[in-house]
Amino acid sequence: MAGVHVSTTVNGDDVEFVCPGSESLLDVLRNRLGLTGAKEGCGTGDCGACSVTVDGQLVCACLMLGAEVEGRQVQTVEGMAQGDQLHPLQRQFIENAALQCGICTPGFLMAAKALLDRNPDPTETEIRYALAGNLCRCTGYDKIVRAVSATAKELSQEATTKGSKKR
Amino acid sequence: MTLDTQFTDQKFKLVGSRPDRPDGVDKVTGRARYGADASAPGQLVGAILRSPHAHAKIKKIDTSKAEKLKGVKAVITSADLPDLTNGNRGNYDILENCMARGRALYDGHAVAAVAAIDAETARRALSLISVDYKVLPHVTDVDAAMRSNAPIVQPHVRTAGGEPSDKPTNIAQISTFGHGDVEAGFAKADKIVEKSYKTEQTHQGYIEPHACLATVGPDGQGELWVTTQGHYTFRNLCASLLGMDIAKLKVTSSEIGGGFGGKTHVWMEPLALALSRKANRPVKLVMSREDVFRASGPTSSTSMDIKIGCTNDGRITAATATLRYQDGAFPGIWGMLGAMTAFACYDLENVQSVGYDVLVNRPKVAAYRAPSAPMAAFGVESTIDLLAAELNMDAVEFRLLNAAKEGTKASYGPTYGPIGIGPTLEAVKNHPHMHAPLGKNQGRGMACGFWFNFGGQTCTDLNIGVDGTVNMTVGTVDVGGARASLSLIAAEELGIPYEHVKCNIGDTASLGHNDTTEGSRGTFSSGMATIFAARNAIEELKSRAAKTWDIDPEEVDWVDGEAVAKGVEHSNLGPLSLAQIAKASPNTGGPIAGHSETVADGAGVSFASHICDVEVDPETGSTRVVRYTVVQDAGKAIHPDYVEGQFQGGAAQGIGWALNEEYIYGEDGRLQNPGFLDYRIPVCSDLPFIDTEILEIPNPNHPYGIRGVGETSIVPPLAAIANAVSNAAGVRMDHIPMSPPRIRKAIKAEAAMHQEVSAG
Ligand code: FES
Ligand code: FES
Repeated sequence: MAGVHVSTTVNGDDVEFVCPGSESLLDVLRNRLGLTGAKEGCGTGDCGACSVTVDGQLVCACLMLGAEVEGRQVQTVEGMAQGDQLHPLQRQFIENAALQCGICTPGFLMAAKALLDRNPDPTETEIRYALAGNLCRCTGYDKIVRAVSATAKELSQEATTKGSKKR
Repeated sequence: MTLDTQFTDQKFKLVGSRPDRPDGVDKVTGRARYGADASAPGQLVGAILRSPHAHAKIKKIDTSKAEKLKGVKAVITSADLPDLTNGNRGNYDILENCMARGRALYDGHAVAAVAAIDAETARRALSLISVDYKVLPHVTDVDAAMRSNAPIVQPHVRTAGGEPSDKPTNIAQISTFGHGDVEAGFAKADKIVEKSYKTEQTHQGYIEPHACLATVGPDGQGELWVTTQGHYTFRNLCASLLGMDIAKLKVTSSEIGGGFGGKTHVWMEPLALALSRKANRPVKLVMSREDVFRASGPTSSTSMDIKIGCTNDGRITAATATLRYQDGAFPGIWGMLGAMTAFACYDLENVQSVGYDVLVNRPKVAAYRAPSAPMAAFGVESTIDLLAAELNMDAVEFRLLNAAKEGTKASYGPTYGPIGIGPTLEAVKNHPHMHAPLGKNQGRGMACGFWFNFGGQTCTDLNIGVDGTVNMTVGTVDVGGARASLSLIAAEELGIPYEHVKCNIGDTASLGHNDTTEGSRGTFSSGMATIFAARNAIEELKSRAAKTWDIDPEEVDWVDGEAVAKGVEHSNLGPLSLAQIAKASPNTGGPIAGHSETVADGAGVSFASHICDVEVDPETGSTRVVRYTVVQDAGKAIHPDYVEGQFQGGAAQGIGWALNEEYIYGEDGRLQNPGFLDYRIPVCSDLPFIDTEILEIPNPNHPYGIRGVGETSIVPPLAAIANAVSNAAGVRMDHIPMSPPRIRKAIKAEAAMHQEVSAG
């Protein structure tokens, strides 16, 4: 089986791997790079448990090939915290009890981060539609939406205080 | 009505607060390890070949080509799983469900399995196995399966609880519950409503597929890492099916990515162990989503007839239910549970419910959150609404008038202690949601639900470290915040900070047997065992303090995390904290621990009432839930966030079931929609916030008053939503799910009937 040699960046680190041309990015992350934070809930792009970003774009890692990330920037849930500082979304998910079993959580965190990066002040409806590609069977989404709202508020308050300090 | 028990108004310091869960960081950083996240050196990848036929005789399986493929290390069929069940039919059924034995009984039934060096090789090996099938007639509909000319699913089955007969049948069991004289009751009724209902099959839909990593050596020792609700049950079953010693199989439960009952049963774990034993290598076996739908855990589809009669002033005089539940291809207790729960909310003089357990060519039915209760509640609560309308009586008032209370003899036998059905109805009556205005095309519905809850065998260890922190090991799994709740309980009992407790889920080698985490028993039973273990440790702490002080242990009290010497004669002795006693423990008698081995009796029954507003588009039949409120009795909410979470999650699953989710079988008996695209569960944009109101009517059988909370929340939604949709659309919906085509059809039929009536 001829493998494809791939050089890429994962969570800021340079990474190289060899994989069959048909292997999904999800299998590469989980089985070759030991990053099991992204989960396989379906393998068909329907559940979002495998959500990661590639060059800042939210994707289902199960629908991309490992070979496609050559020269690109991949971000997974494992790269979300900065050192011992959790990302505000991660902290808010814990504080708002936005997870029960937690299998969907990495995917939701990646999708929510992608939303807030592009829209720092989303309405409830915008949050609900932005997260509609991520399935959660435990929570009924109630506390997830609240956690994302709370994070948006927290980040915007931080931005204002920082802004006013600058001035 | 008195609802006070000896546990009413207990004062707690920590219980009832909302601290961060201890496994939170692991779960938001991707570090938590679920079923598919483990690997072992030299591990192989397992894969399963499944029957494409709903019913077939397996004439021959040729695995020779697959065995010869480079990289294939083991191939197994049922021949590799000899029958060691010793006449235990239940275990034989489990074995046969794991792998077909001469007959494929449903689309997706496993027929062979392989282990190979990688996934690609395993897939190729499956394609090289040739199976010679003789296709047999099949039946997938529950009513069709009961007809006398139906294809027979299991030739050995005779009806338990039925007339003795030699004739094979698909009716595996008939279960009858009730009391009084229903004929006489109906004779006294001024109004009677009689109606038939249907519900389609749904799946628990946990996001994590079944997954395990099995290792068995030629020395007969093995390990199994698996996503499960019951690692002890899995151990016992797997060991007995494979002829292993229970003590030599260590089962570790991974983090579990949702179960809802579906992970109480073994599906493919014995196959992973058998493959590993044959290859003498670790084998990782993970189901695809398609496999999950085709071959694991759906709930029953049903067909029901409900009849209820009452007097003009609204008192129910008699009620009957005939409930036909399909079990899939193996006998279960699902019709029985439906019959037990159907009328449990009401105080009835004359009541009878009959449950049929019926075999069809579909996957073996598994528990799904309060299994069987939601469907029966749909039939009963819809009929109750119809009857209230006939009486021109408010539907909540009508229910209140007939609600069960302390001392009521339940339709399924026992007499209730203090229960919450009345209080949940009162709360609904007074809830602002009930009085909010409705918009165009909107309708409101409400309904009640009941679930038993379960206790069972439980074992907990609690070890106190020399720094005064506490390591606790429990054997129930953490399906959604249990570590937090149990840590709160241990800290409360010991009088130490929540942060000083670390709760672990023990594997089968490190703790005594624990029953499966089902029946909403996790917090109830492990909570009880935690309290007992802590009290056991406190006895030891007190005796160490006594030793230090050189006084009698009887003279020591435990107050707020400290040992205090009783009486004025000891007023010179300052209190000793848990940390101080722990620090001295190496010199006062060694490690300090508490244990509890118990059968947690007295799980408290639980009731809920839900309110739902929907908006139905009369053009398309599409329905939106616009507002939803859950009111449920929790006994005592240990960590209210996770109690609310259970309420909300159950309601959301019920909403999916009511409006959209269903297994669709083709004429050929094959499942048409085994994926999340076509079996669509509610997504974030489908739902509103789900409001919750927690009632706390203490369970008299639990030191903290806890009742189970996990399951009841899925019982009322089908009925509440059906009542709401019926009110919005102006036509009674009697078939779940109320998908757009079904609603449109019902609206059209109703319109046509009106036209006929006005034309005639
Ligand atoms: S696993 Fe990729 S979307 Fe479900
Ligand atoms: S928390 Fe279990 S699927 Fe979302």
